[in-house]
Amino acid sequence: MSDTLTGAPTAGGAKKVSRINEVVIRIAGNSQDGIQAIGGFLARLAGRSEQEVMTFMTIPSTISGGPSIFQVRIGSGEVLTAGDDADVLLAFYQHSYEGHINSLKKKGIVLYDSDHVVPKPEWEGDYRHVGIPISSLTVEAIGGTAKDKGKNIYSLGLIAKMFDLNVPKLEKLLGERFTGKDPSILNNALAAFHAGYANSPSNLLETFQLADSQKHGVQQVVMNGNEAIGYGLIAAGVRFGAGYPITPWTDIMELLRRELPKYGGSFIQCEDEIASVSMALGASFAGRVSVTGSSGPGIALKTEAIGWAVMAEMPLVVINVQRGGPSTGMPTNIEQSDLNIAINGGHGDAPRVVLAPANVEDCFYMAIEAVNIARKYSTPVFFLTDQGIATRIEAFGQPDLEKVCQDITPDFTPVATHKPYDLAAKDGVTQHVKPGTRILDGKYPIATGLEHDEYGHPSGSPKVHMLQNAKRRKKLQALGATLPLPKIYGPSEGNVLLVGWGSTEGPIKEAVDRSRAAGDSVSAIHLRHVNPLPNGLENIFSGFNHVFVVEMNDEGLYGYGQLGAVLRARYCDPKIQGINKTDGLTWKVKEIIELVKNKARK
Amino acid sequence: MSQTLTENPVVTINAPQPATGERPGLTRKEIVADHPTWCPGCGDFSVLALYFKLIEKRKLWHEKITTISGIGCSSRFPYFVQAHGAHFIHGRALPFASGVSLSRPDLHVFAFSGDGDAFSIGGNHFTHTARKNIKMTLVVMDNQVYGLTKKQTSPTSPLGFKSKTDIWGAVDYPINPAKQAIAVGASFVARTSASNPNHVLATMEAAMDHDGFSFVHCLSECVEFYEGAFDSANPRKGGVFNEVPKNHDVTDEMAAYKLASADFPGNFGVLYKVNKPTKNAKEAEINASFQSKFTGLKDWQILQKTFDKMK
Ligand SMILES: Cc1ncc(C[n+]2csc(CCOP(=O)(O)OP(=O)(O)O)c2C)c(N)n1
Ligand code: SF4
Ligand SMILES: [Mg+2]
Repeated sequence: MSDTLTGAPTAGGAKKVSRINEVVIRIAGNSQDGIQAIGGFLARLAGRSEQEVMTFMTIPSTISGGPSIFQVRIGSGEVLTAGDDADVLLAFYQHSYEGHINSLKKKGIVLYDSDHVVPKPEWEGDYRHVGIPISSLTVEAIGGTAKDKGKNIYSLGLIAKMFDLNVPKLEKLLGERFTGKDPSILNNALAAFHAGYANSPSNLLETFQLADSQKHGVQQVVMNGNEAIGYGLIAAGVRFGAGYPITPWTDIMELLRRELPKYGGSFIQCEDEIASVSMALGASFAGRVSVTGSSGPGIALKTEAIGWAVMAEMPLVVINVQRGGPSTGMPTNIEQSDLNIAINGGHGDAPRVVLAPANVEDCFYMAIEAVNIARKYSTPVFFLTDQGIATRIEAFGQPDLEKVCQDITPDFTPVATHKPYDLAAKDGVTQHVKPGTRILDGKYPIATGLEHDEYGHPSGSPKVHMLQNAKRRKKLQALGATLPLPKIYGPSEGNVLLVGWGSTEGPIKEAVDRSRAAGDSVSAIHLRHVNPLPNGLENIFSGFNHVFVVEMNDEGLYGYGQLGAVLRARYCDPKIQGINKTDGLTWKVKEIIELVKNKARK
Repeated sequence: MSQTLTENPVVTINAPQPATGERPGLTRKEIVADHPTWCPGCGDFSVLALYFKLIEKRKLWHEKITTISGIGCSSRFPYFVQAHGAHFIHGRALPFASGVSLSRPDLHVFAFSGDGDAFSIGGNHFTHTARKNIKMTLVVMDNQVYGLTKKQTSPTSPLGFKSKTDIWGAVDYPINPAKQAIAVGASFVARTSASNPNHVLATMEAAMDHDGFSFVHCLSECVEFYEGAFDSANPRKGGVFNEVPKNHDVTDEMAAYKLASADFPGNFGVLYKVNKPTKNAKEAEINASFQSKFTGLKDWQILQKTFDKMK
């Protein structure tokens, strides 16, 4: 990491400029201070400079504000996580200072608002304290009334100076952000920014320069996971969706509500989650795969209708932005505890597809994959992300939209005859003809949740039930056979194999890097297709003494997390063990390393 | 016929266009599917027969009508109709039908429901589909009892009705579907009874022609679990079938509410009908105004414009 950041200032007052490869900045304040905005500017600047960037934020669960942080890690090389510990802590209040000083590296810099924070003498030896009266200087720069509004931008100026950031690019970003509004707002923002930039605190004698990044050669786009999903669905051709607000899913529905009309589509806000999934299924039935989504309790409400979708073999994409549960649980915290409901939620034998994107870029491309699997296999597809990936901002290579965007306009060409539940279909894979399609033999299908014959008419025959159960199972097995095995990160043989899914890919990879650098034999795989699983994982497992499934969920009654239990059931391999936690925060790399060490020793 | 959904999926059109040209309308034989599983004498037979008549009379084609239901005896309806249909889950026919209606302006959407399905488990959806004025026709076949589950109290069971869940007689006050529909903003509210076939046909036809959410409250006797429930509305059984007075102004909400409040069996016919923009039309309007800013651009180019702002 950036050792230079912790060096002492040079004597004699001359400013030192240090070259660094990456920096982790944590901004701590209250949610109404606009700290997410500073983080967002830094992330977008990094993206435009082709630097790698990753962010992490917490949002308070109350509207009236409350403590909130935004952490951004900007690097010239690959950035896998938002960083365990910060190089710089910007603290607006006493509680921000006291609550987050522990997340600062020893000798790291704490920039604090001396109007609100009284430093503690016992910490002054461990961390470099730089006090700046941010609140009063902001008032001085832009006037009293704007006091709380401008101090984030003032601080952005300070950071820009400290890290020698590209001022014209930042000014442009500010201009874009405040475009169209009252021009005095932009002028105030620029005034606050320049005031911060011009302030050179006498005790900060050092500035830093990020090394040039390895150029990617493609332009970068910067967005968070929720945005990537929304735009991925649009690229996939989804034009109808329905939902009900709940954190952290809400951003996606707001985005689709706002964006779909440009494409002639609609997103409908319903009276509840049951209506949402029902309406989306109605639109899928009407001809074009639709989307619904939710978090936590809202997912539970959808399960009956998802069971219908399995039975009726109706395509549907269900986005589940996981949060801490059960019940209202920890609404703004991170957890991966909905794998069970995604795979099994509801009554009866109801196999469905579960996908889990590993990062923000994946959210975009896998949303398209989800749509296409739903269409091809006529099945509901669960798309599992979590609060961490939902709000995490990353930069990634701009997709080739002309290639990626697809037109999935339904076809209403008349057909001679149609059996929506044809038992002779290869691998059990069938599709519905859409209402509006003429069927020349005059026999029209019914989409149904009752067990049914091949035309969709009710059948109570035990034989039919067994055959249709097999059909619904076989088509997912056929999908499983097409799925690629995950690439092994690290050597394919060794002591420990870590298995992860979803948003934990970054910290797991970084744990592998650091463990290997320390001489330990650790590799990892990351599962993006969780149900069905790809075939052949046993061959990967056989190369290792230990297989540790790293998940942000509880170890369960029998000692395995939710994916751990699935892998155990499938492979009956006692070397599969769980590494679990439910503290509501993303994995720190060092936590994984610790737990792996302890477990491997046993 | 390949319909482009991208162009304008949310558009309101009037009732389904009758078949034209060389293709004749359907015969009864072509519309009939499975033999109904209802008990002999069930009022639902009559509603089904009149739905067939409506399709014949208005020369609708199989592929242009969509029959949607939830769960209940009455909700078995789609299996008996030779047309695209969906038998969804208990209480949720309306949001499902809304998904069809909002994305397929070329179809006419009929939902059939029971009193439990529509007003108990599906009560919230009834309210919101009505207030959003989503274009479709809902026919509730009200037998004032849970038929499929064999005689439990329903939200429309009258006080004192002896069911298996109220062996001493129902104690909860029943709801009045027509009053409720008017109160929550339905733009078409009518009452009819399965025992009066001509009236059912005329009411369904008026409902189908209404541009908006049209609600038909149809008394339909359950001969198995609530025999004689509607004798008082059946002249052949000594009752009276009072039509809505000729001078009633269907656009007068207070007058409609008053008529709907009459003691059972009350008045039959269209109680309330106003024309107000449907959600289908409003969404289409939003789309048109957005799309006019992107004329001539392909979908990927519109998305590219958004991505350009995220660099
Ligand atoms: C979620 C759910 N709860 C309960 C049931 C059982 N159930 C099926 S139909 C029904 C009531 C039917 O009454 P009604 O809607 O009046 O229809 P009818 O049979 O009288 O036509 C019930 C409770 C169900 N299918 N699903
Ligand atoms: S139980 Fe009642 S409602 Fe159901 S089919 Fe028989 S008569 Fe009709
Ligand atoms: Mg009933």
